[in-house]
This record gives sequence, C-alpha cells and structure tokens, in this order.
Amino acid sequence: MVADLIAFFTTHWLGQGLVILAQCLAVTVPLLVAVAYMTYVDRKVWASIQLRRGPNVVGPFGLLQPFADGLKLVLKETIIPSSANGVLFVIAPMIAFMTALVAWAVVPFDDGWVIADINVGILYLFAISSLGVYGIIIAGWASNSKYAFLGALRSAAQMVSYEVSIGFVLITVLLCVGSLNLSQVVLAQSGWFWNWFFLPLLPMFVIFFVSALAETNRTPFDLPMSEAELVAGFHTEYSAMTFGLFFLGEYANMILLSALGAVLFLGGWMSPIPYAPFTWVPGVVWFALKIAFLLFVFSWTKGTLPRYRYDQLMRLGWKVFLPVSLGWVVLTAAVLQFGGWVPKL
Amino acid sequence: MLLQALAFYVFAAVTVASAAMVVVSRNPVYSVLFLILAFFNAAALFVLIGAEFIAMILVIVYVGAVAVLFLFVVMMLDINLTELREGFLKYLPVGAMIGIVLLAEILLALGILGAGSATMSGLNAHGAQVMAVDNTRAIGRVLYTQYFYLFQVAGLVLLVAMIGAIVLTLRSRPGVRRQKVGDQINRTKDQAMTVVKVPTRGGVS
Repeated sequence: MVADLIAFFTTHWLGQGLVILAQCLAVTVPLLVAVAYMTYVDRKVWASIQLRRGPNVVGPFGLLQPFADGLKLVLKETIIPSSANGVLFVIAPMIAFMTALVAWAVVPFDDGWVIADINVGILYLFAISSLGVYGIIIAGWASNSKYAFLGALRSAAQMVSYEVSIGFVLITVLLCVGSLNLSQVVLAQSGWFWNWFFLPLLPMFVIFFVSALAETNRTPFDLPMSEAELVAGFHTEYSAMTFGLFFLGEYANMILLSALGAVLFLGGWMSPIPYAPFTWVPGVVWFALKIAFLLFVFSWTKGTLPRYRYDQLMRLGWKVFLPVSLGWVVLTAAVLQFGGWVPKL
Repeated sequence: MLLQALAFYVFAAVTVASAAMVVVSRNPVYSVLFLILAFFNAAALFVLIGAEFIAMILVIVYVGAVAVLFLFVVMMLDINLTELREGFLKYLPVGAMIGIVLLAEILLALGILGAGSATMSGLNAHGAQVMAVDNTRAIGRVLYTQYFYLFQVAGLVLLVAMIGAIVLTLRSRPGVRRQKVGDQINRTKDQAMTVVKVPTRGGVS
C-alpha cells in the first residue's frame, strides 16, 4: 500500500503533478503570509524611526492590521477608467504579481529544499526579474493617464538600468562559484561566516543591495511613485484588488531580492558558525533570519533617506555602478586566475 | 512523456498564434506584446529540448531588454492606425517573399530539402559528446576555445554598433547645467559662504 503510494507520487504523471502542486503551495502560502506581515513590520519600523507607535489598534500589538487592510482592498470596488484599455489594465497587475511569485521556484530554502533545482537558477531569477517591468509599463500605458504613463516610463528606465549592474554582480558571484545552480552557490560558501561572499565581494554586495532598492522602486529610488510629482506613479488609476496585486507584488519582489542577497552573499541556509549548537538550528531558520535582516535594512533605508533626483539616479546607475561592477568582474577573474582559486569544474 | 508532449503542443501553438497576431493586430502596442509572448514561448520550447541556457538568454536579452525598448518606442510614438493599415496589401508580396526565403533557409539547414544535412549530422555528433555536461558549460567550452576569435570579433562588431549609435544621437546643447559632483564635493566653506556683518537699518547691499 505504502509502496504503491510512493510509486504513484514518484512515477505516475498525475502523482508527480500533485507533488509539484503541493510544493508550490508550500512555498506560496508562507510567502504570502510573509508579505502580509512585511507590510506590518515595515510600518512598525518606520514608526519607531519617527518615534511613533505604528499600527496598534487591530488585534494585539496591531498584529491583525495586514488582514484588515487586505479585507478592505478585497471589499472595495474595482474601478476601471472608461478611457483605459480594459484587458491590459486588468492583466498588468497580474503580471506584476505573478513574476514576483514564479521566481521562488528556484530559491533553495535548505539543502535540497527547492522546487526546481535547475542548472541555470541564477539566469532564471535574472530573466524573471527582468519580466517584472512589463507589469508596470503595461499598467502605465493601459491607464491612459499622463501621471501613470510618466511613472511607468520612469520605472521601466530605472529597472532596465539597474538590471545591468545586478547582472555584473551575478557574474562575479558565479565566477567564484563555477556554477549557475543556486544550491551550488550556497554550498560554495560553507564553513565560517567569513567564507560567505559578502566579505570577499563587499563592494559587489553594496552595489547589489542598492540596485535591489532601485529594482523594487523603494526609497531612495521611489521616483516612479514620487507623490509630489506624479500622484501615485504607474498605479495612479488603480483601486481595490488591482492595486492590491501591485502592492503585494512589490513586497514579494522585495522579499525575493532579499532571499537572492541571502543566497548569493550571506551563505543561504548555512549557519554562521559551523559547530554544534548553531548547526542544530534548521537551515530554513537561518535563511529566514538572513532574509529578515535584509528586509529590515530595506525598511531602515526607507525610514532614513530622502529621495534621489531622477538624473542622479540614472547617473549612479550608468556612470558609477556599471563601470565599478564591470571593473570588479575583471578584477575577480584576474584574482581567481592568478591566485589559483579558480573553482574546479 | 505525456505531460511533455502536451506542453510542447501548447507552447508551439501559442508561439505560432502569437507570431501571427504580431502581423495581424491593429494596434502596434499589441503587436509588441504578442511578440513578447512569442519570444517567451520560444524560450519554453528551448527548455523542453534541454537547451536551458539558450532559453534563459533568450528571455533576458530579447524579452527583458530588446522588447522593453520596442515597447518604449511604440508607446511614445503617436501612431495613426488608419494610415498604418493602408500599406498592408502593397507590402504583402515583399513580406511574403521574405518569409518564404527564411522558411526555405531553415528547411535547407535542417536537411529536409536534401542539401545541408551534413551540418545537422555534425551537430548531432557534437551534441552526443556534449550532453555529458550541462549546456552552459558545453557552450562555454566551445565558445572560448574553438570560436574564441569569432567571439571577440562579434564583441568588436557590437562595440562599433554601440559607438555608432552614440555618435548619431549625441548632441551638445548649449546652456545645459549639469551636476558636477566633483565640484560640489571640492567646495569648501570659504567658497560657499561669507559672513556679513549687517549694520542695523543698513541692510545688505
């Protein structure tokens, strides 16, 4: 009986499909809960920075606030402007949300805990993150509104610019690993925490994090939604759950880029000290802690920094980050080659 | 296998249908969006035959960069749809000719029209020994050894194209006030401010 079940789930196509579905749910449901509570944590952190209390009315310590917000968004009326392009207007938030979710298929949560352990994991993440721009640009165009369109153009230009430097950061990491598989990337950082790539590749880690801020349109790079100039940027015309999907997608993207940062630079599921009491903690917990740390830095920067001007943003992306990261790729390659540290293939 | 066959037919059908829609659709923005869909499904087909590296590069380069620029340009242009329709029948023969030529070239390369089957068998022979490693590594091994000079030449061609594009679009407008970060940082307190003793009722001149 048990053997039959195992055979069904490992060999039969329906069983395999069910297993994949279960895996997707096991990733998606905690992710959505994390997104909900990320909005809460975000507001609490900003509140603390500004010496306020933050949400504290709904539930104990305001813990039910995200669900109250979600319920409000679901119950509101979805308004589609009469001059908007109806189909694209509705599809755009779905694209934005879905691209933020499908990327999680290749993220390794622990040794072997990954839905798709593909050999081109890094490229897959890069490809999916470059798709996210479509949700925004389509939203801006379909809204048929000047504010939304300008916001979308800004956002698209910004995301395309910063993807270039993220690409070079990924290349330096994969030069050090010798593989595009994300599990291999984590395994290459095993041992003490100074083996993690954030130390040898510190400038790249900084560039990665700043580019991640720009990719997710967060402060100090939240120009697409700078209220004083563009109302609410590309989602000016959106309301209710269509807006909610953009919002969820943005937070899911933030968590995704934090997870990517944790995998590439902070040793993924590895414990910082490779000895007894620390290795008893499951890898997922370490991974979650590292993501939480990076997310805290996201909120911290949002609570602290003023907004960049648009030309400064473009200057930073193309004239500072691009040459520096390109130079660092060459430097890393040279050091690996002449220092004899080229990873064994 | 059943799932794989099903996936192939779905992806192939969507690719062909969206490619047709690129040509037929009335609105150029829709055309670009269908083009993106076609690229994406072509990438999925690459994944199905095990060429995951090429699939990812296709998505990154064409979907993530080139098509974004297409979309940018098409959205910014104020295109008159009726004017665009008028030339359709006039250009149809030329377009059809180009399509037929491209199809014939593909069929020739695949060896279906008799010639050129040597390339295919050569590729198959090469593929057999390459299959042992994952295809990112396989492409790297061939690209950086056997085809190294061609790879460099390709890079040079792209560099020339890039310089050409910059030269064509670069124009120096007078009267533009650019931010010079170096100047801003090098400014000292003496240059930036003066302390003025303002006499009462005298004001600052």
